Amino acid sequence: MSQTMIQYEGRIAQIVQEDPMLQFLLYAGDNALITGHRCSEWCGHGPILEQDIAISNIALDYIGAARNFYQLASTRIQQKDASLEVTEDTLAYLRDAWDFKNLLLAELPNGDWAQTTLRVYFISSFQWLFYQELIKSTDTDLAAIAEKTLKEVKYHLRWSREWVIRLGDGTEESANRLRQALTFLWPFTGEAFKEASYETAASSTTNIQLANLHESWKQELQEVFAEAGLEVPTQQAFQTGGKTGKHTEYLGYILAEMQFLQRAYPGASW
Amino acid sequence: MIRKFYYGDYGESKHGAADISTSNQNKHEWPLWEVFIRSKQGLDHKHAGSLHAADAAMAIENARDVYTRRQEGVSIWVVESKHIHASNPDEAGAFYDPASDKVYRHPTFYDLPDELQYM
Repeated sequence: MSQTMIQYEGRIAQIVQEDPMLQFLLYAGDNALITGHRCSEWCGHGPILEQDIAISNIALDYIGAARNFYQLASTRIQQKDASLEVTEDTLAYLRDAWDFKNLLLAELPNGDWAQTTLRVYFISSFQWLFYQELIKSTDTDLAAIAEKTLKEVKYHLRWSREWVIRLGDGTEESANRLRQALTFLWPFTGEAFKEASYETAASSTTNIQLANLHESWKQELQEVFAEAGLEVPTQQAFQTGGKTGKHTEYLGYILAEMQFLQRAYPGASW
Repeated sequence: MIRKFYYGDYGESKHGAADISTSNQNKHEWPLWEVFIRSKQGLDHKHAGSLHAADAAMAIENARDVYTRRQEGVSIWVVESKHIHASNPDEAGAFYDPASDKVYRHPTFYDLPDELQYM
């Protein structure tokens, strides 16, 4: 164990800045980590024991996926400069909010169960399409991560889809709450499909064409919302910024909690 | 009159599980389900435990999350607990004790000729 962990700054940040593929890896990893962290906040607070376990399992899936992306990214950073001691922990715990590239959607508060499950639905329905393209990537390491993650995402999608339908087609109260959640979350759903410059630059390797994904995603939404008795909002003005490090205030609070231990006790392990 | 006994009746049949698991179900509580897991192909499903769920689909998902997170299974059955009928513990004596002195019902009671193999 190294005495002090190297900070994410200077040389590491510069290497990432120069390599769209590394930025893409961080983008994918950050989406998983922040969504996973939000899901983990339900641990011990779930509405019923069985669902508490379900969402905690989902949190662990996400955090596992984040680790895969961070491990790959840190290996590649080291390949560019072997003198850098960069690990998955450096990337998760020692970057500041402006270095995180996750979607704003991922960092929004959990709210109630409707808002939480609708968020997981939005993210997993996007990721379901995203990873299906990523498994065809010419980057075999990336394709391998996508293949492993795709199975997990398939279950997250199944689980969250069912909750959206259950709540939308449930009682008056549950339908109301779901509609409120939709009003709150909707403006953040478009960001996933707006290409950041590193996505464009890496697209020949990643095999991801966001415009195509967007069409498939709208179709998925139509079907599920019809069953849930929800209207797909027509509003097309979306919040963006997360992909390039411009976040809501919520991310700072997440990082403060998540990174506290490593920053207060650098290199701490158990 | 035939009285039905439900799973979970033991020792509280007057004012407990029997009432909860029938029509007097509390509207805010999801029904109880029994979960059976097959650990690998070719083996039987075994009772793993029980859980709450709003319907069969959710029960299977919950079972997946509660009982197979350490690779315990390849197949899940669920059945609502109220559909399981149990023998009455009060009648355990009449039910099971008569078998206790019938050792000849075990194959090991009989001496087999040595020529018989693989028994």
